[in-house]
Amino acid sequence: MADNGKRKIVINPVTRIEGHGKVTIHMDAANNVEQARFHIIEFRGFERFIQGRFYWEAPVAVQRLCGICPVSHHLCGAKATDVIVGVDKLPPTAEKMRRLMHYGQTYQSHAMHFYHLASPDLLFGFDAPVAKRNVIGVIQEFPEAATKAVLMRRFGQEIIKATAGKKVHGTGAIPGGINKNLSVEERDSLKKDADKMLEWAVEALELAKKVTKAGGQSLLEFGSFPSNHLSIVRPDGCMDLYDGVLRAKTSDGKIILDQVKPADYLDYIREEVRPWSYMKFPFITSIGQENGWYRVGPLSRINCCDFIDTPVAEKERQEFMALGGGKPINSTMAYHWARMIELVHSAEKIVELLDDPDLQGTNLVAVGKKRPRGVAWIEAPRGTLFHHYEINPETDQIRVANLIVSTTNNNEAMNRCVQVVANQHLKGKAEITEGLLNHIEVGIRAYDPCLSCATHALGRMRLQVQLVGPDGSIIEEKLRG
Amino acid sequence: MSQQLKIVIDGKEISAGPGQTIMEAADAAGIYIPRLCFHEGLPPGGHCRLCTVKVNGRPVSACTFPVAEGQVIENASEEMTALRRKIVEMLFCEGNHYCPSCEASGNCELQAMAYRLGLLNPQLPYLRKPRELDASHKDIYVDRNRCILCGRCVRASKLLDGKTVFGFEGRGINKRVAVDAERSLNETPFSVTDQAAKICPTGCLTLKRKGWAIPVGQRAFDKGPIGADIERK
Repeated sequence: MADNGKRKIVINPVTRIEGHGKVTIHMDAANNVEQARFHIIEFRGFERFIQGRFYWEAPVAVQRLCGICPVSHHLCGAKATDVIVGVDKLPPTAEKMRRLMHYGQTYQSHAMHFYHLASPDLLFGFDAPVAKRNVIGVIQEFPEAATKAVLMRRFGQEIIKATAGKKVHGTGAIPGGINKNLSVEERDSLKKDADKMLEWAVEALELAKKVTKAGGQSLLEFGSFPSNHLSIVRPDGCMDLYDGVLRAKTSDGKIILDQVKPADYLDYIREEVRPWSYMKFPFITSIGQENGWYRVGPLSRINCCDFIDTPVAEKERQEFMALGGGKPINSTMAYHWARMIELVHSAEKIVELLDDPDLQGTNLVAVGKKRPRGVAWIEAPRGTLFHHYEINPETDQIRVANLIVSTTNNNEAMNRCVQVVANQHLKGKAEITEGLLNHIEVGIRAYDPCLSCATHALGRMRLQVQLVGPDGSIIEEKLRG
Repeated sequence: MSQQLKIVIDGKEISAGPGQTIMEAADAAGIYIPRLCFHEGLPPGGHCRLCTVKVNGRPVSACTFPVAEGQVIENASEEMTALRRKIVEMLFCEGNHYCPSCEASGNCELQAMAYRLGLLNPQLPYLRKPRELDASHKDIYVDRNRCILCGRCVRASKLLDGKTVFGFEGRGINKRVAVDAERSLNETPFSVTDQAAKICPTGCLTLKRKGWAIPVGQRAFDKGPIGADIERK
């Protein structure tokens, strides 16, 4: 605390998320929150060093920015290069293999986030003893759920291996198609567990629903605020995680934009740079920087779509949307519930696809006439992901690359969330305990941010909490991890 | 019929023909001597020194040294493997070899050799010297970041294609594969059908628009280590 009574609280890094970020909270002498920010303190720069490389390298090279959902970058890069090689429609085998890969990845990522990263808060309480509030605590108290969590992630990874060649950083998707089909042996091996994985996904959904309902209104209001929502949907309004048109809605459900095609994204989305974070702030151009920010990810996808084309997930979507009387749900903690609906949807899609004989087809790649520009999007587990490449057609080298990554789209939302949680839980408190600080992290975790993806760093994961005076002097410091 | 000679490699006696190199005799007997610059169909270059063996205690390159009656040859000993591992390590540290995003991964002889020799983590500092990428040709590119100066393309272009598209330029650390043109590969008569286009052991001289067409599991070194084809003989 400084002489004037003001305090600056720093959480650095934020834990149980992918990547490295820090939170700073400025509090005045009366313990009111003056400013709260979520900073991204790592930098990757893939957009720059892919320049000069060949377009067919992008799907494999760019996915290396992450080890959690590289499939999203692999597939989005491949989709952008489909456009470059002049292919607008893939052979059915290629499209379905890619979709299977994507559902496998969404399944493993959502299961991992819910059980490994989020469930300690949800099962033990936000301010439970820190020694218990972690994945080891979950394994000790809920061994059956923890075992299922590991096996669910493994199942998703096996799907990725069967479709991409490797569990992490595969090479399956190539410009215009895929480099392998699904062998009968691979199909049968996956089918053996598929129904059980759907059953376990429904159990995870039931658990998410139970803890959300048990938390009541106070949980739904935790870190919540109205916002626009953005996602891709199938042109008929159905949820589609792999491909579609862009749609955005206001917090009360009015359509802002719809049926937008990838090539036109720059007419609708702009990015703002702020000096205190390596992550940009995207916004919807027609609304402007101040109010044009939006949320993406599971909550926004459920809010934006009109229906889901798999039966269990659709029934669950209807129950979920009833929370808001049909209007978009703006609760931060509802992300977990929405994420588990998508887990079920992914499992249903996997079961459906594994019965499709097209996966054993042999027409794997389509060819077309080369184009100088390719833009594509995909719904990554954490939200809408944009890849945009421009090439020199003479040499095939990438001239320009622009990536708007899922977590980047949620940047303003996570900052708002930190502000809201700080006002809800830290305001007026003279002593800030570790449990209170975890409330801030709980809010951020709901968005399942992947910061390494979003800024295009490597470092050691630890938590440092500092109380810093306005003159920059450290008044109190705690280290964790 | 010429008289067969007897030589001993790593304690095993094998027959060899007069005029054969040690590598030819070893290959015929199913004994693999690691190599990178050597390629069947080309005269040996003796550039990479990876095939160094000890003959009666003296180090020589197996791809160029002729067999002689009664030679006692040390090939797969710990000492020779360590020597070769160090050579490969130097190649990795001198060039800019980013296997994770290289389309030659799985088909690359340098990478396969590192795996075979147990090179997991280089100890030497990476030089990170900027190298040129020549993307001017419509069908093939030269990424000198991945060049190990084996000279296969130089020999193949001259001896198999009759074109002399490639040659060495500079000395020591500045030595590079140059093209016979004012500026770039597209000014040469180089063709995708040339033998030189198919002979690079790494991802340096690579056909365009073919990357990752072969799935993991079916690439050249997915099913066995480099040299397994010779050892199966």
